[in-house]
Amino acid sequence: MKLKLHVNGAKHTVEVAPMKRLLDTLREDLALTGTKEGCGEGECGACTVLIDGAAVNACLVPTCQVEGAEVRTVEGLASDGRLHRLQRAFLDNGAAQCGICTPGMMMAALALPKKSSLEQIRAGLAGNLCRCTGYMKIYDAVAQFLAGEKR
Amino acid sequence: MPKKSGRDGGARRAKSRSGELRTVGHNVARAEGVEKVTGAARYIDDLVFDDMLYGATLRSTVPAGRIVAVEKDPQFDWTGFVFVDHRDITAPGRNAVAMITEDQPFLAVDRVRHQAEPIWLVAHADRARLAAGLARITVRYEKEKAQLDFETATEVLKEIAIKRGDLDAAFARADVVVEGTYRTGAQEQLYIETNGVIAQPGAGDHADGITVHGSMQCPYYVVRALRVLLGLPEAKVRVVQTTTGGGFGGKEEYPSVLAGHAALLARKAGKPVKMVYERHEDLIATTKRHPSIITHRTAMKKDGTILGIDIDLRLDGGAYVTLSPVVLSRAAIHATGPYRADAVRIRGRVMMTHTPPNGAFRGFGAPQSQFAAEVHMDRIAAELGIEPIALRRKNLFNTGDVTATGQKLHDSVAAHEVLDRALARHAIATKAAAKARGKTAAKGAVKGAVKGATKNGAAANGAPLRGTGLALFFHGSGFTGGGEVKLASKAGIALTKDGVQLLVGSTEIGQGTRTMHAQIVAESLGIPYDMIDTADPDTARVPDSGPTVASRTCMVVGRILQRAAEKLRAQLGDYDDGKSFKKRARKLLEARGTVEVIEEYERPGDIVWNDTTYEGDAYGAYAWGANIADIEIDPISYQARCTHFTAVIDIGKAIHPILAEGQIEGGTLQGIGWALYEDVVMRDGKMHNASLTNYIIPTTLDTPPITVEIVEHPYKNGPFGAKGVGECPIDGPAAAIVNAIRAATGKRLDAVPATPERIMKALV
Repeated sequence: MKLKLHVNGAKHTVEVAPMKRLLDTLREDLALTGTKEGCGEGECGACTVLIDGAAVNACLVPTCQVEGAEVRTVEGLASDGRLHRLQRAFLDNGAAQCGICTPGMMMAALALPKKSSLEQIRAGLAGNLCRCTGYMKIYDAVAQFLAGEKR
Repeated sequence: MPKKSGRDGGARRAKSRSGELRTVGHNVARAEGVEKVTGAARYIDDLVFDDMLYGATLRSTVPAGRIVAVEKDPQFDWTGFVFVDHRDITAPGRNAVAMITEDQPFLAVDRVRHQAEPIWLVAHADRARLAAGLARITVRYEKEKAQLDFETATEVLKEIAIKRGDLDAAFARADVVVEGTYRTGAQEQLYIETNGVIAQPGAGDHADGITVHGSMQCPYYVVRALRVLLGLPEAKVRVVQTTTGGGFGGKEEYPSVLAGHAALLARKAGKPVKMVYERHEDLIATTKRHPSIITHRTAMKKDGTILGIDIDLRLDGGAYVTLSPVVLSRAAIHATGPYRADAVRIRGRVMMTHTPPNGAFRGFGAPQSQFAAEVHMDRIAAELGIEPIALRRKNLFNTGDVTATGQKLHDSVAAHEVLDRALARHAIATKAAAKARGKTAAKGAVKGAVKGATKNGAAANGAPLRGTGLALFFHGSGFTGGGEVKLASKAGIALTKDGVQLLVGSTEIGQGTRTMHAQIVAESLGIPYDMIDTADPDTARVPDSGPTVASRTCMVVGRILQRAAEKLRAQLGDYDDGKSFKKRARKLLEARGTVEVIEEYERPGDIVWNDTTYEGDAYGAYAWGANIADIEIDPISYQARCTHFTAVIDIGKAIHPILAEGQIEGGTLQGIGWALYEDVVMRDGKMHNASLTNYIIPTTLDTPPITVEIVEHPYKNGPFGAKGVGECPIDGPAAAIVNAIRAATGKRLDAVPATPERIMKALV
């Protein structure tokens, strides 16, 4: 079935089964492999993308469901070779170690309210597992990013 | 430090604690950072090769039995399928995973010895067809009796003994003998990227060779395994590590098995074959941390002096030997904890069971044995009526003391210092928490929400039980005993027209290898960090630097690189800065074509080890750690929760403070997970909770604030004083938490994970 998708500001038409996981459509049909699979059952958050601004596990979403919606993946963060401020904050604070959770973690962070407290950051990232960092540096990065957003 | 790195320029938190050092000790930009935050980094599952097939594994569904028949459904359309079984492994190749022994087959021949043991391999171009086909193959077994419980198992895969002093005399002199038995459960490494490889026929000019790309810690282990499996010379085997999404030991030995499987399929198909495990398969099939049962008998003087330590230690090896002998060795050597005793006896055994083999996991046996040691210390303190900190101080290693293997601790002994620092940091944190709690309590009182007292250990009206626990520990850096001499690791530096390129087989798996090695070389050469490039970890290009394990990548391999840099510097003659370096480099390159300096491990002269008697300097240096856990227990659900955690670790020198802190925070949390949540439930020899829905690792909400302090007691043979950092942090959290639970409840748990069920059993 032909589906029209809006991903990172660009329009795409893909020929896929409507129930194909959005994760697979992104990775296989659009070659956007920055979105990762960690468990395939909505537990680890490695496949988190934004759908109309909301953080969603792409492994649980059928492709047909995002027709007409705006999908944003990690590839949509940097523009013209300039890193997004959140990406820079992740680098500055050592928030990316092995990097496999990083794209999903950043997408989840982007869905946080602008004035999030540390407790809200913790709650907002609870669906994203990281096995490397112990999360401390991720909080630092997200807090640095949000502090900049407030200005 | 270099003012700005061209790579991602993100070093804002540079600290001036490094004095004259310009790169080492500074938070330079992570070498592969930009790729990781933009999604450009290519992990194995992101790669697609032309004409590639997907591979899958047919696995045993019984823990022990004879294979009677493997049958394909004749009704199914098998077009396009490729099959491999043990008969496809032909001489000079051998059906044996080359590890310490060769007891484990790549594919079962006529018997299976554990659940999920590979029997057949299947490949197809279409993943859905592949899954459908796999489901249409059945194995008939004649079941055999399975030994699933290692505590009652009798077959010993490996036994070692450490003896020092006169134990009988020590026990004869004792005022009190304290005995205790401690248990730890299996733990899954749970890298977020599962195991995966792509094998393709041919290697360079050799059409009959094999190339494997994949997620792994030790490319040269995979080379060796493929050489044995396929009977190929080294020149015909090429292994390339792809960006690796976490390892923690789980990608030390297992990728050899998976690479072998993919290679067999690729050779039979004549096409590239990708095998990437789904999470369920990764959980049921790959190695875990060895479960343990450890009994301590300690001869004590009334004043708290340890006279003699007698330890019996058993690990569950699973069905095959894998790396268990060396896990056992590290467990045994660390089994006393960081305490002196004139008489020590340690008996260690790995038991065979019909369960999937256990293997490497961060800490490598030391977390198990030091859990027992530190929970036992609290038991001794209670039985003698001595304060736990005072008891520890009395027996803690000092410079000049001698370890269980007879190693005299010459330098870099920070056991007391980490304890002092942890107590100081904990006091500050406690004060802050009390202040915050005071505020909440005041607020709560207004709302009528505070129901009871929150005094240590005293619960009333459903208020949580609170307690604080301590653990002290140490961790030897590098391979045990003569291991580094046997490895004879090589690493080096090639001159380029823009700087240098590191030629090193150590892998970046998230811990920061690339960045840290580049810092060491930049500092040693006196050139900016951004002039250092690192060759891809491709065995066709880089030398064997030994495995990326055992907290050795900085201290051991980093030192080899430092020596290579010093040699290269001597060859280049005088230069003042990066610019003049480049000039000299170009001149030298013009004259010689290529300039490479490859150095090999050199044993420091003062390290002596006897592998037969198990005596001597087990490790060149030790990292030292102190943990303090604050916990609370819900008196209704019995769920224990860590509310604050203090970790102070001496690592000699933090080459990159943020990366080093990241190792300590991550290792600490992995230890907290093992202590409280991570429960591998086995049924009929198979992991029953093999999904992320019910194998629970800590989320942000389970993670307490972690206060970290790095202590730097330099080690003279480490680069810029550095020792190992990766593993030490996971040795202490479990004991600290279980000791805190005892402080909160007055009850002994003596086992991890401290699940609500276990806590309830202890309390009710």
